[in-house]
Amino acid sequence: MTMTSRPMIQAVGLHKSFGETHALRGLDLSVAEGTILSVLGPNGAGKTTAVRILTTLTRPDAGEATVAGIDVLRHPDQARRRIGVAGQYASLDEVLSGSENLRMLGRLYRLDARTARERADALIERFELTDAADRPVRTYSGGMRRRLDLAAALMSEPPVIFLDEPTTGLDPKGRLSMWDLIGQLAKGGTTILMTTQYLEEADRLADDIAVIDHGRVIARGTANELKRLVGGERLEVVIDNPRYLPEARRALEAISTASARVDEGAKRVSVPVASHEGVLTHAIRELDAAGVHVDDIGFRRPTLDEVFLTVTGRPAEEAPDPAEMTS
Amino acid sequence: MTATWWLRDSWEMVKRNLIHIRRTPELLLDVTLSPIMFVLIFSLVMGGAIQIPGFEGYTNYLMAGIFVQTIAFAGVYTSVLLANDLKNGMIDRFRSLPMNQSSVLFGRTVTDLFRALLAVAIMWIVGMLVGFRPEGGVLANAAAIGLMLLFGFALSWVGIAAGALVRTPEALQGIIFAVVFPLTFVSSAFVRPADMPDWLGWFAERQPMSLVIDAVRDLTITGEPGPSFVPALLASVIPLVVFVPLGIWLYNRRTTQ
Repeated sequence: MTMTSRPMIQAVGLHKSFGETHALRGLDLSVAEGTILSVLGPNGAGKTTAVRILTTLTRPDAGEATVAGIDVLRHPDQARRRIGVAGQYASLDEVLSGSENLRMLGRLYRLDARTARERADALIERFELTDAADRPVRTYSGGMRRRLDLAAALMSEPPVIFLDEPTTGLDPKGRLSMWDLIGQLAKGGTTILMTTQYLEEADRLADDIAVIDHGRVIARGTANELKRLVGGERLEVVIDNPRYLPEARRALEAISTASARVDEGAKRVSVPVASHEGVLTHAIRELDAAGVHVDDIGFRRPTLDEVFLTVTGRPAEEAPDPAEMTS
Repeated sequence: MTATWWLRDSWEMVKRNLIHIRRTPELLLDVTLSPIMFVLIFSLVMGGAIQIPGFEGYTNYLMAGIFVQTIAFAGVYTSVLLANDLKNGMIDRFRSLPMNQSSVLFGRTVTDLFRALLAVAIMWIVGMLVGFRPEGGVLANAAAIGLMLLFGFALSWVGIAAGALVRTPEALQGIIFAVVFPLTFVSSAFVRPADMPDWLGWFAERQPMSLVIDAVRDLTITGEPGPSFVPALLASVIPLVVFVPLGIWLYNRRTTQ
């Protein structure tokens, strides 16, 4: 973990139950100033409950939480002044226009009317919402809504922002544009905690990743650290005829110290490799000798999906545990 | 200082609610179209058949009842509007802001006071077209309107408590209909409790809505406060004293769990 300055967001031993359901069981998180922590986990893992506690919306049964040095349980109002919130935890008014929403939030953040208006105008321009500024939010597209959400989180120019699945449901173009905006914020020194279901998003944006499952952090580190946890690089081969998968497997295992992983549907075989040196030539020779026709061959680094599979024992996209649905 | 912020935050909430009304005028149907229909149907359809001793024309008897009935419905309807905000996540947004949290509720109830005032104005005019003669004088009529609005404001706070307790707006609609509708009829709104079966009339005469209706009727028609005035005032002030803190407490409990 790269912790260079005091944490701007810190949660220690958070517990929260809803009736019989234990949403959080001793969750710890910390985010250093100016960095992005991405919280990953399946639905029901406890992500939303954790963020709701940090943003003063829910009280934990036990544990401590501070944001920008403020104890959020003891001084929720002071904490609220220092955080911006976007996403499903806090919606915008569908009937008000984008500009009316921002100005209202500005006033409720206790800005004077002029500052609220100026900031709203500046954010609307920066997030390319000028044409839609005076239209009711219910007419906005998904991408416009997310940008307005982010603008709302920035109205008080907070040092810390919480983003809840900021790109869920966006098309690739919208997603790239959100990533760009979030990246800029972190560069400007804002501390960001974002939840996501997209491993690619965490990989791309986050300085640190915390994988949550069953209300606890089960893995934590940079994307590379987590990938190393799964094992190093692999040589991956896709063949043209699945009948030859056993031969391909034997051929690849001949060049590796570990056993191969076979995906029949994708006609794919892979083995871990220690270095690149001579490996490719060697592999092709072995495959050729075994009479296997190769469609594709190459080195591949592990994905965060594999990380997730390794640390949780189930794929990231799997349906949530029914007992854990509340968060 | 704190009071200034409280006022400012509450005013922001009122502004938001008024924008909602401007953009979706159908939100006003319950305080515009329905009371007009009630005045016309009761006065024109029933008016010929119902005679109330001591009243020239049924409309003069009826209007106080229609006023208070409409205001009662508008008041408890606050619960539905609050439940909508709780459901769509808007309340979570307000919770995440350093604003005065009770302003969300005051903004709601004050907006509903405006709605009630609008309803009274419309009914007053329509009533006068069909025979309502409020000859009690300006002061007494103003007192009547003030009393109705106070009662409506108190019921809005009952609505806040109900909205914080009940899960969905749809369920609230059902509860309102089941509770408020019979209460408006088992009252002095449309006929005299004396003409009901004894046990029912006993209740109808003493329930809070009747107290307010009787006081409003006395003030508008005769200009005198009448024997129900003080009980009517208590029937408004007591729920207000109970339900403002209770509503805020229930709302806080609901939104911080």
